Amino acid sequence: MSGFFKSSIGRKVAMALSAFFLMFFLLQHFAINILSVFSETTFNEVSHFMGTNFLVQFVLQPVLIFGVVFHFVMGFVLEIKNKNARQIAYVKNNGAANSTWMSRNMIYSGLAILAFIVLHFIDFWFPEINTKYIQGDWTGMHDGIEGYRYFHELQEKFVNPIRVVAYVVAFIFLSLHLMHGFASAFQSVGGSTIRKKRLQSIGKAYSILIPLGFIFIALYHHFNH
Amino acid sequence: MNLTLKIWRQEDSKAKGRMVDYKVTEISEHMSFLEMMDVLNEQLVNKGEDPVAFDHDCREGICGMCSMYINGEAHGPDRGVTTCQLHMRMFKDGDTITIEPFRATAFPVIKDLVVDRSSFERIQQAGGYISVNTSGNTQDANSIPISKHAADEAMDAAMCIGCGACVASCKNSSAMLFVGAKVSQYALLPQGQVEAADRVRNMVAQMDLEGFGNCTNTGACEIECPKGISLENIARMNRELMKASV
Repeated sequence: MSGFFKSSIGRKVAMALSAFFLMFFLLQHFAINILSVFSETTFNEVSHFMGTNFLVQFVLQPVLIFGVVFHFVMGFVLEIKNKNARQIAYVKNNGAANSTWMSRNMIYSGLAILAFIVLHFIDFWFPEINTKYIQGDWTGMHDGIEGYRYFHELQEKFVNPIRVVAYVVAFIFLSLHLMHGFASAFQSVGGSTIRKKRLQSIGKAYSILIPLGFIFIALYHHFNH
Repeated sequence: MNLTLKIWRQEDSKAKGRMVDYKVTEISEHMSFLEMMDVLNEQLVNKGEDPVAFDHDCREGICGMCSMYINGEAHGPDRGVTTCQLHMRMFKDGDTITIEPFRATAFPVIKDLVVDRSSFERIQQAGGYISVNTSGNTQDANSIPISKHAADEAMDAAMCIGCGACVASCKNSSAMLFVGAKVSQYALLPQGQVEAADRVRNMVAQMDLEGFGNCTNTGACEIECPKGISLENIARMNRELMKASV
């Protein structure tokens, strides 16, 4: 089986499996974040559970970080290999005649998402790691804030309109990435995306609705803080 | 019609190539693209210049030899045709047409528009066959029941003429549509299933050795394939390799 993952198809399958994992994570992340629109208390409680649960923190979180790093590193490795497969470019190439912009530019939408993840980590993940693992504060409380701090921190971040615009642009790139990535991942693991129109429809719905949902959450907190 | 042609000229495999402009006049819209190239070459020969080298053989869309990249597309702007089946009626009087060789590291240019596609032959030799002794005692193929669906799909895959348009069109120069078709045409039939695991392993290994890129499912290969080979064949090859690897 190790030989399989060294082959071009094996790498493609590995890329698809990491994509499935990340798409599932995205769905779960959205499901928690949307709670912030409906109930501050529920959002705080779920956030505290996710932030302090042993399984989430010490099993799922490392797996997630590995999944993210693997997807990006493998994406770059494959991109370099693919560039080497055509060392002299066409003088005239009409890519739009036979493929979508999204499918031809996964590396660029991926880079935009990577830049967003850096911003997102600076905004939320690094401060969280600092609070819990460096300062040793696992209470979820903060001076001057009644109850848990998570909802308050979320709203504070989206006060700045520049940050909101950055998040909206990043989610548009995420949508473009998923538009091709969802069906492509199924094709890579041997699924017949040609015939399974239903799967393609689910892919399109997922690619539009999830990023749109995240955009809604960012805008909601910007205008309701 | 009168046309301006921008053609890739390259002395040999080691020389540095460049685009050169040519004018051709009084081209009939009923001509095939290769006939238009013949007219150009007659003009060049009459002027004592080196004619443009290009691959061609059957000129009826079967051999897969013609391999030009015309106005940014393999085999030109028409669908489901090879360059020899492309007619000049697809262009307008006064057009400028860009003509380049198929580009891929695994398809090195030999001269002008002629590329070396022997990498496809080596992939085929790695497993694209059935090792059956046909010396007289072989079972009649018609006595083996095969479903209509499987037979049709195998025949569709076997339509691949190995022209390389899939590689030329793919932004990654991936050969997976070609290899997928070759793997599928045997994997779908009982005669080919005996050696299916070795076949897919060896053909994919050879494909990787040749330096083709990786498929990212853009679907460009399927659109540009003159024989309409479906992406389904790539998915089947992926499944076959997974089965062969566990």
